[in-house]
Amino acid sequence: MYVHNYDTVIIGSGLAGLCAALEAKNAGTVAVLAKLYPTRCHSTAAQGGIAAALGNEEPDSPEWHFYDTVKGSDFLGDQDAIEVMCEDAIRTVVELEHMGVPFSRIPEGKIAQRRFGGHTREFGAAPVRRACYSADRTGHAIVFALYEQCMLKGVEFFSEFHVLDIVVEEGRCQGVLAMEIKTGKLHAFQAKATLVASGGYGRVFKTTSNALASTGDCLGMLFNRGVPLQDMEFFQFHPTGIYGLGILITEGARGEGGVLRNSRGERFMERYAPTIKDLAPRDMVSRAILTEIKEGRGIDGKDYVYLDLTHVPRKNIEERLPEISSFCKIYLGIDPAEEPIPVLPTAHYAMGGIPTDVDGRVLRDEKGETIEGLYAAGECACVSVHGANRLGCNSLLDTVVFGRRAGRAINKELKGLRQGNIKKEIVNQVFEEIDRLLNSKGKEKIGKIRKQLQQKMMEHCSVFRTEEHLRMLLNELKNIKERYRDIGLKDTSRAFNTELLEAIELGHLITISEVIAESALRRTESRGAHYREDFPKRDDENWLKHTLAFKKNGSIEFAYKPVRITKFQPEERKY
Amino acid sequence: MKRYIFRIKRFNPETDQAPYWQDFEVKLEPMERLLDGLLRIKEEQDGSLTFRRSCAHGICGSCAMKINGRNRLACQTLAKDLPDRVEIEPLQAYPVIKDLVVDMEPFFSKNEEVMPYLINNNPPPERERLQSPDEQKRLVESITCIMCGSCTSACPVYWADRQYLGPSALLKAYRFIFDSRDQATQERLKRIIHSHGLWRCHSIFNCVEVCPKEIDITSHIAALKRFALRKGLKG
Ligand SMILES: Cc1cc2nc3c(=O)[nH]c(=O)nc-3n(C[C@H](O)[C@H](O)[C@H](O)COP(=O)(O)OP(=O)(O)OC[C@H]3O[C@@H](n4cnc5c(N)ncnc54)[C@H](O)[C@@H]3O)c2cc1C
Ligand code: SF4
Ligand code: FES
Repeated sequence: MYVHNYDTVIIGSGLAGLCAALEAKNAGTVAVLAKLYPTRCHSTAAQGGIAAALGNEEPDSPEWHFYDTVKGSDFLGDQDAIEVMCEDAIRTVVELEHMGVPFSRIPEGKIAQRRFGGHTREFGAAPVRRACYSADRTGHAIVFALYEQCMLKGVEFFSEFHVLDIVVEEGRCQGVLAMEIKTGKLHAFQAKATLVASGGYGRVFKTTSNALASTGDCLGMLFNRGVPLQDMEFFQFHPTGIYGLGILITEGARGEGGVLRNSRGERFMERYAPTIKDLAPRDMVSRAILTEIKEGRGIDGKDYVYLDLTHVPRKNIEERLPEISSFCKIYLGIDPAEEPIPVLPTAHYAMGGIPTDVDGRVLRDEKGETIEGLYAAGECACVSVHGANRLGCNSLLDTVVFGRRAGRAINKELKGLRQGNIKKEIVNQVFEEIDRLLNSKGKEKIGKIRKQLQQKMMEHCSVFRTEEHLRMLLNELKNIKERYRDIGLKDTSRAFNTELLEAIELGHLITISEVIAESALRRTESRGAHYREDFPKRDDENWLKHTLAFKKNGSIEFAYKPVRITKFQPEERKY
Repeated sequence: MKRYIFRIKRFNPETDQAPYWQDFEVKLEPMERLLDGLLRIKEEQDGSLTFRRSCAHGICGSCAMKINGRNRLACQTLAKDLPDRVEIEPLQAYPVIKDLVVDMEPFFSKNEEVMPYLINNNPPPERERLQSPDEQKRLVESITCIMCGSCTSACPVYWADRQYLGPSALLKAYRFIFDSRDQATQERLKRIIHSHGLWRCHSIFNCVEVCPKEIDITSHIAALKRFALRKGLKG
């Protein structure tokens, strides 16, 4: 057992964690723990861009961005937080450029911008070029620049350290317990401030654009320690995943002129969103695709539609979308400049997560009380700027803006925080749990249980939901939990035991799935990504509020809190 | 579905004296990835089979391994392109930790030697620094590197000299030296011109052959050499 003491401990080396680290380093020692090598975080996979109203290619304003984000969120986003994000977007992107991010450029040398879903000028009049990009490798470009800056600044990285527990005890966060994967040894990191930046959890679903490592471990850990999870019923399905694989084709492909077509060759989005068509928000486009398929207009009667780029100039595809062209060539054997791409919605982004205020402080309840020493930012957090549906390019922005703000809050508050202290009992509990798992001789295989879980979540809790299906799912989840108690592991070694880690991840996936299903069952309305066929209308009178799920005495309890509305009153959402 | 034999080199540091080969039978659809096969073996046959993976579509750089004698990404190798018998080993020239997992520290640490960060000491302007599309395009190939380690592992110069910077670190040096915004060219050239640096590259092209992102690494290194020559920095 190794004990480390740091001022700040950050879980996750995605964009949120890296930005926070750069700030927190100004005030003291920082350790970043990540279960993968730092640059292998899933931020690296982000393709399309980061939103900021730079106005480099055409007039734009932060206020329009603010409005679009509120409307995109189906009015569930907290407007004070959204305003903070959109106002800070320009400074953020400029600062990223100064740190070395190799953005694509326009002839005058400024950062190039393209269209993206739901981003408009003049409050919905027409699409606007707001997405700043580096071809279709924007996430990769930003991650490397920030990681390199962290290196320069002397941030310490603990790569391939898998966090097993976040110790929230005696009303505050004391630090974290982690396993050094290479050796299997346990390390305690005691901290004044702990920041969770552990990313998304798309792996609760069968078809997803998320990495195999996107398992939401930290949400499971915190939930088990009594921290609430907010708005978990809202999970975004991105309209254009490669059919059969779920690999993402960025919305930037439609931003560059690509259109969706059904079996009749019809550009069907014209019917669903007459003004901005294929660039409508993702929840609407995903439902439109599945409706086309349901009504028999899938390609060859099958369950996919086409994303057609064949009319986009080859040069634009090669220069601005090289990565997705290469995916099409490798995984489908097609050239997107010649042939349309078969696509189907894929589980993509978690709007819900750990509730925080605009400075990343984690909230313990619906009244807004915070937990001393605990912060969260990025996809794992819920500020909430995305409400019921995130707009494309707003997530990278969220990670950078709120990662930085959390880091700054830590700077300010560090002086008043005591060094955390992780008690022996807690360490022993974790040791025992590891030993129990290593010696588990049950008959169930984790891979099979995981498959069943992902399949059932997809069947009953994806784009369309009903009470009947959600109840079926909850029953399935009971059975899955039973089976999970009876798992057996083959690998009993300590060093690099990925089977053990997968077993632990599976436990968290099950917990999160339950919270998603229970939250979805209770919300008897349709809003953004949460669509209830049995309650197809948005119901502002009863449901203009955030869900908070708590674990209490072994079961899940709920509380709700109002949405903060400052500027834009809820209106019908038409595009 | 077609049946394949995966012949995998295994090693568990806690129980094995030396690596050994083990055969697994696995069925794959033509468009499935070799990674799908490994995941299936782990799920259904042997949970102890150990390899790195995350993104599953060639962007995180985790799953490089030697497949039928050549370094590739498991997630970018499709079943339809495989023969019936597939030999799978860890990347060569890095210490093996377990099964297909190698210690990448020697590889990553080389990158740190070339000062892999933009240095510009002018006060930052109000808005972005300007860079022309052509200046930016010069960097495009070099910034697509995913740090998978395939190139350095396949480099005969590196096999002979473990202190050699290797293709990926030199590519990183290129990425900053040729960035119109960077001002640390001199310092960086010093970091790459030494007895284990730039001039050790003999343009063997193994790196180019294996790079999963199809980066023409050797031509980037050649550009660095020409640049160094012009500055009178030979050998
Ligand atoms: C394919 C794809 C394309 C996207 N494109 C865009 C886009 O163009 N624009 C946009 O705005 N958004 C995009 N998004 C969304 C956006 O990329 C993500 O929401 C964002 O990058 C998340 O960043 P993060 O820092 O929160 O987490 P991540 O980048 O996912 O990082 C999570 C970190 O936590 C670590 N971690 C997790 N669990 C543990 C544990 N138990 N112990 C230790 N470490 C742990 C991981 O190792 C990793 O370092 C895209 C998403 C996907 C999947
Ligand atoms: S240059 Fe190519 S082979 Fe080398 S590390 Fe980068 S991506 Fe991998
Ligand atoms: S799993 Fe990410 S590169 Fe293969």
